[in-house]
Amino acid sequence: MTCFIKPHHDDITQTMWQKINIVIETNKYTSGAIITVLRECQEIVNYLPVELIDYIADGMSLPRSEVFGVVSFYSLFSLKPKGRHTIKVCTGTACYVKGIREVINRIEGEFDLKEGGTTEDRRFSLECVRCLGACGLAPVMVVGEDTHGDIAAENVIKSLEDYK
Amino acid sequence: MSKLTLNDLTKIRKQTQGINTNPNITRLMICGGTGCHATGSIKVKQALVEEIEKKGLSDTVKIVETGCNGFCALGPLLVVQPEGIFYVKLKSEDIPELIQEQIINNTPVKRLLFKDPATKKRIAKQDDISFFAHQMPRALRNKGQIDPEKIDDYIARDGYIAIVKVLKEMKPDDIIKEMTTSSLRGRGGAGFPTGMKWDFARKSEGETKYVLCNADEGDPGAFMDRSILEADPHCVLEGMTIAAKAINANKGYIYCRTEYQLAIKRLKIAIKQAKEYGLLGKNILNTGFDFDIDIYQGAGAFVCGEETALMRSIEGKRGMPRPRPPFPAHKGLWEKPSILNNVETFSNVPQIMIKGGDWYASVGTEKSKGTKVFALSGDVNNIGLVEVPMGTTLRSLVFDIGGGIAKKRKFKAVQLGGPSGGSVPEHLLDTPVGYEEIAKIGAIMGSGGAIVMDDKTCMVDMARFFMDFIQDESCGKCTPCREGTLRMLQILEKICEGKGEPRDIKDLEELSHVIHQSALCGLGQTAANPVLSALKYFRNEFDAHVIDKRCPAKRCIAMLKFEIDPDLCKKCGLCFKSCPADAITWKKKEVALIDKEKCIKCMSCFDKCQFDAIF
Repeated sequence: MTCFIKPHHDDITQTMWQKINIVIETNKYTSGAIITVLRECQEIVNYLPVELIDYIADGMSLPRSEVFGVVSFYSLFSLKPKGRHTIKVCTGTACYVKGIREVINRIEGEFDLKEGGTTEDRRFSLECVRCLGACGLAPVMVVGEDTHGDIAAENVIKSLEDYK
Repeated sequence: MSKLTLNDLTKIRKQTQGINTNPNITRLMICGGTGCHATGSIKVKQALVEEIEKKGLSDTVKIVETGCNGFCALGPLLVVQPEGIFYVKLKSEDIPELIQEQIINNTPVKRLLFKDPATKKRIAKQDDISFFAHQMPRALRNKGQIDPEKIDDYIARDGYIAIVKVLKEMKPDDIIKEMTTSSLRGRGGAGFPTGMKWDFARKSEGETKYVLCNADEGDPGAFMDRSILEADPHCVLEGMTIAAKAINANKGYIYCRTEYQLAIKRLKIAIKQAKEYGLLGKNILNTGFDFDIDIYQGAGAFVCGEETALMRSIEGKRGMPRPRPPFPAHKGLWEKPSILNNVETFSNVPQIMIKGGDWYASVGTEKSKGTKVFALSGDVNNIGLVEVPMGTTLRSLVFDIGGGIAKKRKFKAVQLGGPSGGSVPEHLLDTPVGYEEIAKIGAIMGSGGAIVMDDKTCMVDMARFFMDFIQDESCGKCTPCREGTLRMLQILEKICEGKGEPRDIKDLEELSHVIHQSALCGLGQTAANPVLSALKYFRNEFDAHVIDKRCPAKRCIAMLKFEIDPDLCKKCGLCFKSCPADAITWKKKEVALIDKEKCIKCMSCFDKCQFDAIF
């Protein structure tokens, strides 16, 4: 097992640490696996606190600076905690042409939420993502795992009601 | 499962063909692409299963969940085979009626059929719908025809025949010769001749070589690769294996966007099945040739679609491009000779091996042969995935296949090539599809995103949109792209806010040329294309913004007054109903009025008004 001292962190439970160790152990000797490790660890914790990034870097025998550089480069990784439900609004061309900007304005206004931010009660995070490849349904929003197509400023708040 | 011999493969093909083409068995092909999943095809499938069982039809009716059918906007879709009856927008409640009428009484349910947007007539057969009738499926030949999670279905459609031919009868030279004859060019957008690329890598010395598949489909408005991977993952694996044989590589990677979870799931299943059959892995078909494929999930960076950046990303680093040469054919992934092709390119390879390069080159224009897949979206009636022969005009694409502009509005432009491309105006719509032909009019073929825009689209705002995209995705390594695109974005934002000055346009043009000439990679070099093409064809809109401080398409909020023209207002009240801020007062038979104090400028009323009465 990875024998580095686990830093204390409020958002990471013992079970999470165990899972993180397994991820590191499995990928330790595969070159280029750092992005996979970071992704899987983010799935466990829901974001990547700096303490965790350092822990992963040590476990994978990579410079901490290099791993932080990878985290900050890719938009998938988040250094801040996310809400219980992540709203991903597609800002691809087709969705833009079909009025996603109005939808975003409505969500921001309703929940006092800014792009890239999380509501105070950690209910929603709002992310503007590049094309989701579901242009046939534009404009598109993904909440958690659910894809909502053909959304409009008028109906978007109603679609979000079920996510508590 | 033990490894297959050639005889086993032939046996599986014949057996599965026998089942899949049995005229006494009705096959209900329910679309299981991302689009149809999102509109509820899983529930519809469940309802089908239950209803078939209830009616005791299990012996004569089979349900097949296919990959993306292509006509995404009308999902969930169902095609009844062998008749080819095409049902759209199904709900689980419709299923009992559908089974009773279509299967038991053999009469199509009219209300669930496709309605032609022009003639308003219902059309029963898929082949009679203009969206499908003008297409020529090659890369998409199996879409909607097979269950992507069953390798036997793929084998029944002549799958893995090409591998047998290549491994048993062909030398690397023969493969490359066939590819060169086919004149297939990179479908990711750059259009580099595939045969030539493979030839470089084959001649490159080295024990270890790599075959890479670019499935990091980043262009906004493009979903060809996703659909191919979801509908026909095995053809990509087969294409990659053939490439591996041609350059003598033993390891391949598919670099796929992490957003494409369904595609990744189906690829994993396909790889597992191919390995079980001995069509992938060690000693393929007992020929002594080894080839293995791994999937690598991207982490959300547009620049990773650039080949050198993609390779850096697989190495676990920041995905930043590097200068070429050395080219990847000499020093690619882990500094080893590598080839990188896009999903669509690979999916064409097996057919070329079976039918020959001459067959592939038999359609197309002088320099662009074969077919091209487009993802047609935006303000067009028929939205979805289409494959047309090179040489088809853009007009045919938008009006014959796309069915013209939605909501009776007017065509303004079709955007090709995403953030590296440009917008094509009406008077150039007769341009044929081809790499050189499209480049000549200031756009690029790109990976195949074709976004149709109507007269409500502001071209200055679109230029700003693409620059915002590029600025966001610029990796920051080279100054022209990092700083130049930021400056261009700032100028465009200024113009959209109504603060533009005449010299801004000159600055935009100058910056465009500097960035084009000095940026490190393709992302930067082409970054200014959307702006240049907008300036070329829609200069009047820029002038209206800069000189008259007016947005003709009424999209730029800063230039709108949020007032209602009493002469144009038809007193219908639609704006009143759409307003979320109670800022509009309206009574029957009275002109509506916007209270500017309460108005939050959300644009809802602009979208709803059918008479352009709000300005």
